[in-house]
Amino acid sequence: MRKCSLEKINLLFKEIAKNAELYLPQDQTDGSAAYKKWEEGSVWSNALNTVRSPKDFFFPQTEDLMAFKTEGKNIEVIDTRKALDDFVIFGVRACDVKSFDILDRVFLSEPVDSFYALRRSHGVIISLACSKPSETCFCKTFGINPAEPTGDISAWKTETDIFFESNTQKGKELLEKLSALTEECDDTAVVDQKAKIDAIMQKLPLKDLKTDAFGGGKTGELFNAPEWDELSEACLGCGTCTFVCPTCQCYDIKDFNTGNGVIRFRCWDSCMYSDFTKMAHGNNRLTQKERFRQRFMHKLVYYPENNDGLFSCVGCGRCLVKCPISMNIVKVMKKIGGKKGE
Amino acid sequence: MQKITREQLIQKASELLENGTVSAVLGWGIGEFDYDVTPTVFSTVEELRNGFVFNDFCGANFSKYLVKKTDKIEGKILVFLKPCDTYSFNQLLTEHRFDREKVYAVGIPCEGMADIAKVKAISGDGIAAIGSNGDKLTVTTLYADEPVVIAANDVLAERCINCKSKKHVAYDELMGEEGEVIESNRFDEVARLEAMTADERFAFWQNELSRCIRCNACRDACPACTCEKCVFDNPNSGVENKSPANEFEEKLFHIIRAYHVAGRCTDCGECSRVCPQNIPLHLLNRKFIKDMNDFYGEYQAGAEVGSRAPLVDYTTEDLEPGEVFDRRENNA
Ligand code: SF4
Ligand code: SF4
Ligand code: SF4
Ligand code: SF4
Ligand code: SF4
Repeated sequence: MRKCSLEKINLLFKEIAKNAELYLPQDQTDGSAAYKKWEEGSVWSNALNTVRSPKDFFFPQTEDLMAFKTEGKNIEVIDTRKALDDFVIFGVRACDVKSFDILDRVFLSEPVDSFYALRRSHGVIISLACSKPSETCFCKTFGINPAEPTGDISAWKTETDIFFESNTQKGKELLEKLSALTEECDDTAVVDQKAKIDAIMQKLPLKDLKTDAFGGGKTGELFNAPEWDELSEACLGCGTCTFVCPTCQCYDIKDFNTGNGVIRFRCWDSCMYSDFTKMAHGNNRLTQKERFRQRFMHKLVYYPENNDGLFSCVGCGRCLVKCPISMNIVKVMKKIGGKKGE
Repeated sequence: MQKITREQLIQKASELLENGTVSAVLGWGIGEFDYDVTPTVFSTVEELRNGFVFNDFCGANFSKYLVKKTDKIEGKILVFLKPCDTYSFNQLLTEHRFDREKVYAVGIPCEGMADIAKVKAISGDGIAAIGSNGDKLTVTTLYADEPVVIAANDVLAERCINCKSKKHVAYDELMGEEGEVIESNRFDEVARLEAMTADERFAFWQNELSRCIRCNACRDACPACTCEKCVFDNPNSGVENKSPANEFEEKLFHIIRAYHVAGRCTDCGECSRVCPQNIPLHLLNRKFIKDMNDFYGEYQAGAEVGSRAPLVDYTTEDLEPGEVFDRRENNA
């Protein structure tokens, strides 16, 4: 384990940024935090987490896939992929680190999504333990421990210092490059912090939320549950929950007409939208109830069914904070799960 | 702290359900915490007792829900309306968006709603409980040893700081005392933007709109946005787009949205309330309202049913487009 005094943190950022683009949570003018590129003078945010999740780094909201240029009867196909440099994402919380595993299973299984794979291979993740979880946090429900964040390097911040431990070869190499600014140390302070986090986790209001009622094979049992009517009653069908969610992974592929050609791009889609997965025959989910159900069945039943029981929610709480009508996965789990949800 | 209590509202709703005046109640449903309230339809007295809340976090405006709910329900639906909600209610009636006969509207007084983000900015994160007493909120958190006492006025939602009216402009029945239309300072911030140079103003909006994730919550919550199919969702419209691919598209959506509600926007504040990225959309709307007031005389959308908004009305006193242009030139 190595540590660096917080007084020297900007020197450390500068050192990282010498070799790779560095992104870290920074406060915006509205008071919320977002991952922004580090530049001289940037200030690392104290916020627990960002509104937009770090999935943006690997799966950006829009991305060009290819382009066509037409001239007379000729069509030229243009490869829009660009070379990418290494980049470092600093301060990723345990929940969000886990979200990358969930996205990997979608984008890196055959056929591999080369756009995602390219970004993923260039990113180095420095995670950060959460010393002050919010009441909306329920990562523990999904077996995630905010005191033991994973990633290429794990970090713990105390009042005075920041501690690092590498978990992968990439992480080890980066930490070695920072050896002039860090010093070897024992783990007393980190052990102490972990104990404090464990104690807080026992006090979180959502600590007893259970997944027992959900998982692969539950489609028949849950699909027609009467509770969906009530739960979806007030849903506006906006995309807020899906767009702030670190594990929502659906996208649409669209063509943009440039006048003398076409840019084919993909952009995030939301199962809450009326034209989601619209096909030649029309839509397969005609009501908001069906769309709403899709979001939660995907996270709690369909995804685990196809991924060895892994749920595609990490309990980050973003949808709890941001839904305009305060409807969210916790309320769904408690209502549908009945006693098993508590 | 609200002057009307949860118990009074439950009693009123129960009465109306039991005597058959209404068959359902549109109200605020209890959440996981003390602040995450969900619009909910209640059909029985028991449901009301178990799930109805009324507190300082009941900001949601129910008017728009009437468009869908009145279609679905047999008999009448009871809706509770705060003063600002009644303007949206009237505006929707002006646009013939729901059947007035199917609604029983109860006007309720409002002391202003709190913004949970402002509460957390003072109390810190990790809310365990929020109590309300007089004009104070008592916030217990997981981290502070003592509960934090906050003046309700310090955490008012933006739209409530600039509340334009405590008067209900529509109801079948009123609970509590009627208030007055009030002189608010809601155009101050617009004036501040107007005083900027064009470049400064551009930079201001560029910064604000750069956070937009195009979740459409502002549109979907807006009582003036009730098109069956929004142009932005319609692949045949030519401008459909699901995400802002660049700065141009970021602005395009907002400019069209603001123009489309101009003259119909009641300044209810839902758009800014629901925006996950805290984009001050109300400033765009208020700019339109202020300009219309200046150019065509004072007009408040939703103040009465059937009024004609300046942009869809014609009078011989209307100023010529050229005059608007000249004024803008002189102001620049
Ligand atoms: S659940 Fe909430 S955030 Fe999600 S679509 Fe419905 S209203 Fe929007
Ligand atoms: S569903 Fe909600 S809590 Fe779960 S990962 Fe997505 S945003 Fe986070
Ligand atoms: S959900 Fe867990 S890991 Fe994520 S921010 Fe909260 S405490 Fe940290
Ligand atoms: S609610 Fe906010 S983030 Fe969502 S589309 Fe509207 S302005 Fe953009
Ligand atoms: S634009 Fe905003 S303030 Fe105006 S009616 Fe719509 S939600 Fe209300």
